[in-house]
Amino acid sequence: MKVLFSLLAVIVLILVAIMGAYTTSLHYTFGIIIPYLALTLFVGGFIYRVVKWGRSPVPFRIPTTIGQQKSLPWIKQNKIENPTSTLGVIVRMALEILFFRSLFRNTKTELSQGPKGPILAYGSAKWLWLGSLFFHWSFLIILIRHLRYFLDPIPFSIQILESIDGILQIGLPAVYLTDAFFLIAVTYLFLRRIFIPQLKYISLAADFFPLFLIMSIASTGVLMRYFYKVDLVAVKQLAIGLATFQPVLPSGIGAMFFVHIFLVSSLFAYFPLSKLMHMGGIFMSPTRNMISNNRMVRHINPWNQEVKYHTYEQYEDEYRDKMKKAGIPVEKE
Amino acid sequence: MYKGGKIIASLIIFVGLLTIPFFYNMGKVNAGPEINLDTPAILALAPADQQCVESPEVMKANHMQLLNQWREAAVRDGQSVYINSQGKSFEISLQNTCLNCHSTEAEKASVTGGMSNPAFGSTQFCASCHDYNAVQPLCYTCHIGSKEAAK
Repeated sequence: MKVLFSLLAVIVLILVAIMGAYTTSLHYTFGIIIPYLALTLFVGGFIYRVVKWGRSPVPFRIPTTIGQQKSLPWIKQNKIENPTSTLGVIVRMALEILFFRSLFRNTKTELSQGPKGPILAYGSAKWLWLGSLFFHWSFLIILIRHLRYFLDPIPFSIQILESIDGILQIGLPAVYLTDAFFLIAVTYLFLRRIFIPQLKYISLAADFFPLFLIMSIASTGVLMRYFYKVDLVAVKQLAIGLATFQPVLPSGIGAMFFVHIFLVSSLFAYFPLSKLMHMGGIFMSPTRNMISNNRMVRHINPWNQEVKYHTYEQYEDEYRDKMKKAGIPVEKE
Repeated sequence: MYKGGKIIASLIIFVGLLTIPFFYNMGKVNAGPEINLDTPAILALAPADQQCVESPEVMKANHMQLLNQWREAAVRDGQSVYINSQGKSFEISLQNTCLNCHSTEAEKASVTGGMSNPAFGSTQFCASCHDYNAVQPLCYTCHIGSKEAAK
């Protein structure tokens, strides 16, 4: 049901895009206005979400650790997994963000029937980590590769990236490795949500929708490169026009381009509203980005109320005369 | 905001990375390659012959496949004539067929011996569009390209 709903939503988006692609009068809207709108929503929404997170207090120091804490001098500390320095935290965060360190520790739990009753077994499960790694890195490289449409002249580094990506030189135009990895990885990420019962149970429409949307973006991209070709010179003119804020709409771009750019715009606009915000969120995970010095340094709850003190000195100053009259001893005359 | 300085600095870096295209292209003129379809060579042809080997749309989308097909026909199968979708025949030759129209007079004059090919460097042929979109066809790995022609 959730799968169907998400699929239907993406199909509706594709139909809207196709309608826009085949209506020449709508090309300006689909090629220029919607992309600008989507980028604005993306940047604005992203900043809003991150600032909102930043405003929420972190009451306790809650780093999660999987290594030996700094202790007696003859016990070796794990400086990355249980860091007591900023450098250690930076390395840990880099491992987390670039190589998904936490996901690498993913385990699977299985309950099976043994001869003497049920057996609970834990095992390493690296497939999700591998699939995610391929998915995210391919996505990043594909995104950077697309800069060739937005930069003129094209920097050498992007050309190098592209030639490495197409290093197999299969087909014409050459097949990009990342395209293949990306499609395989996104299919895997989808299928695991369908075929693993526990995962299917906890998966929501908000999990399937971005998967379908990303799948459709990748598919239209591949279709555009090999089957329903578009005029790349015109595409680049449009892209540079967007980047210089002097939008132009060259004629004869090709329908598939408008479908592709509309789906990408949808993803950008949807991004801040969705779980995809883990892109910004991962940097703010309090269990990972805090120095593990819980006991070395005194940490004070940032929202502690300021307590109003009324010291004895102040008390005595206030009532000295009355105290003297009543014969109560005072510290200061 | 807690750790506001760091968060805002990171957000500024993020937005900076996102807006690279805006800053990179600032003040630049959006000038794509212009392929003239009215060069003297084309105008000299009879109106019926002024179309390329296939229709412009097909050529734009599929010229690489056509060139591959021509290469195989010429080099491996020994054919020298290509018959297009309208039944017209063309000589399979980059130098004599393609470049006849897709080059300037000066470039044509500079062809000597037929080894280094001005086509790749011509503003009217491969290089202009390919450089614009950073498309690097494999042709260049054997056929000496624009640098040689420029000398």
